[in-house]
Amino acid sequence: MEPILRVEHLTHTYGSGTPFERSAVQDLSFQVEAGEFLGVIGHTGSGKSTLIQHLNGLLRPTSGHIYLDGTDIWAKPKEIRQVRFQVGLVFQYPEYQLFEETVYRDIAFGPTNMGLTPEQVDRAVREAAAFAGLSEELLDKSPFELSGGQKRRVAIAGVIAMDPKVLILDEPTAGLDPEGRERLLANIRAYHQAKGNTILLVSHSMDEIARNVDRILVLKDAHVLMSGTPREVFARAEELESAGLDVPQVTRIARALRDRGLAIDPAVYTTEELTAALLALKKGGSAVC
Amino acid sequence: MLKDITLGQYFPGDTLAHRLDPRTKLILVVLYIVALFCAKYFWTYALVALVLAVCVRISRVRLKALVRGLKPVLIIITFTAVLNLFYTKGEEPLWQWHFLSIYPEGILAAVFMVLRITLLIMGTFLLTYTTSPIHLTDGMESLMNPLKKIHVPVHELAMMMSIALRFIPTLIEETDKIMSAQKARGADFESGNLLQRAKAMIPLLVPLFISAFRRADELAVAMECRCYHGGEGRTKLHVLHYAARDYAAMVLGLAFAAGIFVLGRMGL
Amino acid sequence: MLQTEQLEYAYPAEEGKTPRLALGGVDLNIEKGSFVVVLGHNGSGKSTLAKHFNAVLLPTGGKVWVEGMDTADEALLLEIRRRVGMVFQNPDNQIVANVVEEDVAFAPENLGVPPEEIRRRVDEALAVVGMEKFVRHAPHLLSGGQKQRVAIAGVIAMEPECIVLDEATAMLDPMGREEVLSTAHRLNREKGITVILITHHMNEAEEADRVIVMNDGQVAMDGSPQEVFCQVEKLRALGLTVPDTVELLYELRQSGWDVPLDALTVEACADAVAAAMK
Repeated sequence: MEPILRVEHLTHTYGSGTPFERSAVQDLSFQVEAGEFLGVIGHTGSGKSTLIQHLNGLLRPTSGHIYLDGTDIWAKPKEIRQVRFQVGLVFQYPEYQLFEETVYRDIAFGPTNMGLTPEQVDRAVREAAAFAGLSEELLDKSPFELSGGQKRRVAIAGVIAMDPKVLILDEPTAGLDPEGRERLLANIRAYHQAKGNTILLVSHSMDEIARNVDRILVLKDAHVLMSGTPREVFARAEELESAGLDVPQVTRIARALRDRGLAIDPAVYTTEELTAALLALKKGGSAVC
Repeated sequence: MLKDITLGQYFPGDTLAHRLDPRTKLILVVLYIVALFCAKYFWTYALVALVLAVCVRISRVRLKALVRGLKPVLIIITFTAVLNLFYTKGEEPLWQWHFLSIYPEGILAAVFMVLRITLLIMGTFLLTYTTSPIHLTDGMESLMNPLKKIHVPVHELAMMMSIALRFIPTLIEETDKIMSAQKARGADFESGNLLQRAKAMIPLLVPLFISAFRRADELAVAMECRCYHGGEGRTKLHVLHYAARDYAAMVLGLAFAAGIFVLGRMGL
Repeated sequence: MLQTEQLEYAYPAEEGKTPRLALGGVDLNIEKGSFVVVLGHNGSGKSTLAKHFNAVLLPTGGKVWVEGMDTADEALLLEIRRRVGMVFQNPDNQIVANVVEEDVAFAPENLGVPPEEIRRRVDEALAVVGMEKFVRHAPHLLSGGQKQRVAIAGVIAMEPECIVLDEATAMLDPMGREEVLSTAHRLNREKGITVILITHHMNEAEEADRVIVMNDGQVAMDGSPQEVFCQVEKLRALGLTVPDTVELLYELRQSGWDVPLDALTVEACADAVAAAMK
């Protein structure tokens, strides 16, 4: 089956021809399968933001191609807006882009731009608000009266309302407290399950990525450093650390236990897994390998 | 795309032109402008141009950069040149067609007007190219200090100006970000008629204003936390002081302006 | 160093509504030279509390003293603010000047410090936060972590006795957070500056002397990191998580293992688990 997104040899150079010339992404190739929940990780300056702005056509590649459902998104540059409706992008701190008088109208901005009928817009707004965890009575309020966490949900609903095939979220939990973070991620997981569409989650937090995604794409210095399931990626913990990235704390504990002679898989990344492994080990009696 | 606009046209360097006290440079520019307006004929204009050329040479600012500064005012220059060309009347018209006529005096007036504007802009640009915005603000604050006596809020004005300079890049970056975010929701900033375009700006301007107010609010608290309480009793990290070169430059500047004034009176 | 007595604060209410109490009677005594982390979910009152330490907010009930000075006394305002420096969340909104050294000089300039002394303080402050190479840089071109270090230097230049970091790490990536955190620890260790770190990242509390957990405008927990983090159920009930190390030990204990709950760091935790295996 054709992958939903295919990136081929993507390069983007800022300030070409000046002394400040710099490639933010360099010869990047990867693909995303339909329905996949992909985590994208890399520290600031690794090319993450530049990459995601290419996926919905906000930036045009200096060279290389991006295929959405098998079609080059720049095949017809005049219709690039259609691509933006299909690949929804939620920026970092999206609450700062709210502008309408009511929550309802702000969420309706995207679907209205798509040219939907008022009935279709209404359905899209209500459905998106529900997915984002916003109750009905909030819809008539001004977005500026809401709490920080609620504002962010409004902004996310504004993108979900366009019913994109691919939803990209750039650091959706930045600045939220642990509970707010967990609740928002639960909403996103539920949305993914209900819709079965493709999600790209960009994050700085390995823990957050590890617990939510099917596959991880690790970027470093404008290149893909590695990609694979969380287990495959965390098995290469040393490489991650040398790239200046975190390894989940549980993985670090597992490695420390292995260093102490316990037969523990050093790539486990949830406390449940590690607890189960330790309990099994103790029962088996062969504590030292 | 907004990132491509270069603001703060200061070119760092370590030449005599860079090292002069900003107040000296401000005074010199004023003297230069006075001289320019006293210039009457080819000789005096040539002298002003020569002095500017010497200053440019000293500052090592590339001529190309100075000429680029003229681009935005090209229309104004052309317009005033054309006006002068047709509207200055003399005795013997060189060329006539219906109500349009050109006299030799008109040609001269047009040439001088172009020279005057070009030299004026190049001279002031030389100042901003060789002086950092902060030094420029410091210099202005210091020169305007006597105005405090008549209750002009000199310190506050200077503080506002330097904060504005500080936040211009931040707000440009923010504009870029909001624009991308709204484009991602299908906003269209590029097509439609004037009214549609103006309407399309609302999703950009509302968040930008809200954010600017929020920033101002937070900045005010942060400034108070760092003991800001107005200009009273304030000291400075960089204290401006005139060096021998500053006095020398000012004497030369005065001599130059006086010289041009006299030559201009002589009709040269 | 800092003392609060029955501190209450209510944000000005909209018309017709009863004011909501953001702080409801807080009694705290913060030791000179200590490193204190204040935890709590959004809206728990932790930031409101922080803003009372240098008189950005004044109590609507009770008292706050900074080294014996009442923060409500307007004549002492500048002296209080000089002694207790504050670093805020958004690095972009607290940098005043467009050259790093000018920004660090801002506070001493306001205090009327002589130019040579300002120069010395600026250079020293930038060296302490490890930003001496950026003296003449434009702040907007720095990374988030670097900007916050400049902001810290700007506070240090006042030669304060205490620094309050009000969610100063919230907007940073892991690297920036680490830069700010290690800078704060260094200031505490080497210069004896009292540090109060307001955060909701649990693992930033690992190396603190004292952890205070705020909930609903009141102090819910107060003690060493070990004492606080072993109360797993209570922390969860307050909407906070515990470090994975503690969570693992907690789960093992639930299964009947004899492991201590207060091994916070990865190494200590691994030692405890390995010992229980034998």
